[in-house]
Amino acid sequence: MSIKATLLASGAAVFIAMSGAALAATHPVTGETLAEDQTFTYRILDEFPSYDPQLAEDVSGGELIRDLFEGLMNQDAEGNLVPGVATGYTVSDDKLTYTFTLRDNAKWSNGDPVVAGDFVYAWRRAADPATASEYAWFIELMALENASAVVAGEMPTDALGVRAEDDHTLVVTLSEPLPYFAQMTTHFTTFPTHQATVEAFGDQWTRPENIVSNGAYVLTEHIPAERSVRERNPMYWDNENTIIEKVVALVINDENQALTRYLAGELDRTEVPAGQYPRLHEEYPTEALSFPLLCSYYFNVNLTDSGPEALRDVRVRQALSLAIDRDVIVENVLAGGQVPAYTLTHWATAGFEVPQVAAATMTQEERNAAAQALLAEAGFGTGGAPLSLEILYNTSEAHQKIAVAIGQMWKTTLGVETTLANQEWQTFLDARGNQNYELARAGWCGDYNEASTFLDIVSTNSGYNDSKFSNADFDALMAQAKTSDDPLPLYTQAEQIIATELPVLPIYHYASVYMLNDAIKNWPVNNVQQNWYARDLYKVAE
Amino acid sequence: MFSYIIRRLAVAVPTILILIVMSFMLMFAAPGGPFNSERPLSPTVMANIEARYGLDQPYWKQMFDYTVNVVTRFDFGPSFQYRDRTVNDVIAQGFPVTLKYGFWSFVVAVVFGLGLGVVAAIRHNTWLDYLAVGISIGAQVLPNFVMAPILVLVFTLWLGWLPGGGWNGGQWQYVILPVIALSTSYMASIARIMRSSMLEVMNAGFIRTARAKGLPMHRVIWKHAMKPALLPVLSYLGPAFVSMVTGSVVIDVYFSTGGIGQFFVNSAFSRDYSVIMGITILVGVLTILFNLVVDLLYAWIDPKIRY
Repeated sequence: MSIKATLLASGAAVFIAMSGAALAATHPVTGETLAEDQTFTYRILDEFPSYDPQLAEDVSGGELIRDLFEGLMNQDAEGNLVPGVATGYTVSDDKLTYTFTLRDNAKWSNGDPVVAGDFVYAWRRAADPATASEYAWFIELMALENASAVVAGEMPTDALGVRAEDDHTLVVTLSEPLPYFAQMTTHFTTFPTHQATVEAFGDQWTRPENIVSNGAYVLTEHIPAERSVRERNPMYWDNENTIIEKVVALVINDENQALTRYLAGELDRTEVPAGQYPRLHEEYPTEALSFPLLCSYYFNVNLTDSGPEALRDVRVRQALSLAIDRDVIVENVLAGGQVPAYTLTHWATAGFEVPQVAAATMTQEERNAAAQALLAEAGFGTGGAPLSLEILYNTSEAHQKIAVAIGQMWKTTLGVETTLANQEWQTFLDARGNQNYELARAGWCGDYNEASTFLDIVSTNSGYNDSKFSNADFDALMAQAKTSDDPLPLYTQAEQIIATELPVLPIYHYASVYMLNDAIKNWPVNNVQQNWYARDLYKVAE
Repeated sequence: MFSYIIRRLAVAVPTILILIVMSFMLMFAAPGGPFNSERPLSPTVMANIEARYGLDQPYWKQMFDYTVNVVTRFDFGPSFQYRDRTVNDVIAQGFPVTLKYGFWSFVVAVVFGLGLGVVAAIRHNTWLDYLAVGISIGAQVLPNFVMAPILVLVFTLWLGWLPGGGWNGGQWQYVILPVIALSTSYMASIARIMRSSMLEVMNAGFIRTARAKGLPMHRVIWKHAMKPALLPVLSYLGPAFVSMVTGSVVIDVYFSTGGIGQFFVNSAFSRDYSVIMGITILVGVLTILFNLVVDLLYAWIDPKIRY
């Protein structure tokens, strides 16, 4: 470019900058006129247990922590990996060593540079028995070298497979290859923490007056069980591309109350209560949204001696599963864009194709006929021994509706009597975890976007295997998938085993059902984990 | 009088201790624990966490240590659920909120409740009586979990006058709806008690005497009838005041005030043992205190009572 052209170009830049200041701001890429007030206000169900990345444990806490802190990698609107603090990474040939290169312009909110040592500190902290993190299991799940021994306190924390080669190079050593390892660095447990701050303030370091964070926002106000406010972090390396100035999370326990407040304009986003989506979608077609969410809903079947003997007969389980009219559940009970499930893994999971299991291809009449035949063969139902089952669920109107509907289907189709039992959450977990139930409601959300996060639930040694299912073929397939270059055929076989053995009765795949202010743009509807970052959003003038 | 207060306070100490023991026993009897989740923790992690919070100690020792900390240092321990807060923090943040809307609810309930009760009694069997009884029955049968959503629907969504929830440091706009929702049923109860006790007093001999000697009606009511008629109301007001200022979970949930009622219920669900204990003790102490206040007020109002 000649000197004259440079001058012209810079003159134009000055002109654009000045006109931008005089007129309302526009979006740098799309050119839309931006709203003057760039505040995003949304509803959260409950207060978060913690704002500390290594201690946090819930989905909505994760939303906030992703804004306050930034990990090695981020997700884009489609859920693909994009650089975060790391600009990229390389993997060794044996797939056991990951080397992350950290950007040199990442800063903490107090101006300190973000260095590889901050990640080492954070990861060791998560695994350290002294931290007593409920998410220490995540470090084990990541298969970091010596993770289990460190979590158990058998090895010092510096034995953990992570080290800083220099300030901008982080080297991670795994104990076994993990195809989805890089995905896991988008999870909050792996986010860096500022050692000096944690050590200076102890448990209270996450309070607004103490916290030092490295994300696009800083925590400015936190009134437990009422509100939490985060505002733009001027020290963030990509601050110039952040548009939303302020994010307000309001705790509203009751979803109907939240909906009323949304309609009164107090909120930009809230969840749609079960069954209300069709009405809202008709009234507010641009605001009522439904898109896939990486969670599956199913019933656990107690396969141990403490459960009814009938449930250990595979024909009974097949009959029960076939007789559930899943279309009625998703269309009439939930009515929010959920998808009937005949397999465990969510249909939208990355790299996963839903296998064609027999039950999925039949009509409901065919399923009912097959179910009756199977149950008769097993000696139960109409003409056989009477069968009576109890469905256990955690107290909630939505779970109750589903259990009632399914109980009714079993009664009409199979002549199976059901009773319903509901328990509050902690009691419920205790009963289900100790096999104190016959059939129990369950839901599972993917920890990372890969099929094994679902399938692992029914592996013999999984801690979450509340059905106590144990199948050697299944376990072998899952073990093989870990090191396979193309695990999809293995997952398909694993799903076929589940579809035949039915240790769990899959019912539906979740959807996110929101009311979202149509002035809020760029919501990542295609990110099935719903990992959203406020810095990617913007609000247009209405 | 002074020795009476001392005696009452002396009895309060064992009462509180029994309260602590009973609550502890109930808590440990409930299945599950603060760190149970859908994803069971590995035994090592669980052991680490239990060691951190002293849950690995025998029950009697946990209870003993807890009581010693409460009594000697006024330390209610850390919250098991909220890692960056102690129980003292939870109470310091939530109690002022409920105290504020609870106090104003109390004022509203007493003023309107007594007013309705007195009007209904002295205009017995007139349209005013029926109106007052109608209002108080209406307020009584509309529980606050029905009232709260209706108020928000009308004042927030339709009229747009008041915010539908939140606290915002206790700005008056945010206090009005919680106060209306909380005070109505108390107001109704006060009105009913006041009406029947006023009716009884108005038929008493000394009132007939007062009226016979030609005292104007307002003096009869204020000077002679009011004090004795208040006695039954008073015994209701003590516990009512405590339950208002320690918050209502319904109000906290529907109006997202961040008040203490919500923590009380949520902590029970999440087995946040230390928060359950802290708030139970707070409510227990307040109940004992205000029952004492009521008893002292009795003596002031009713000359027949002497301590």
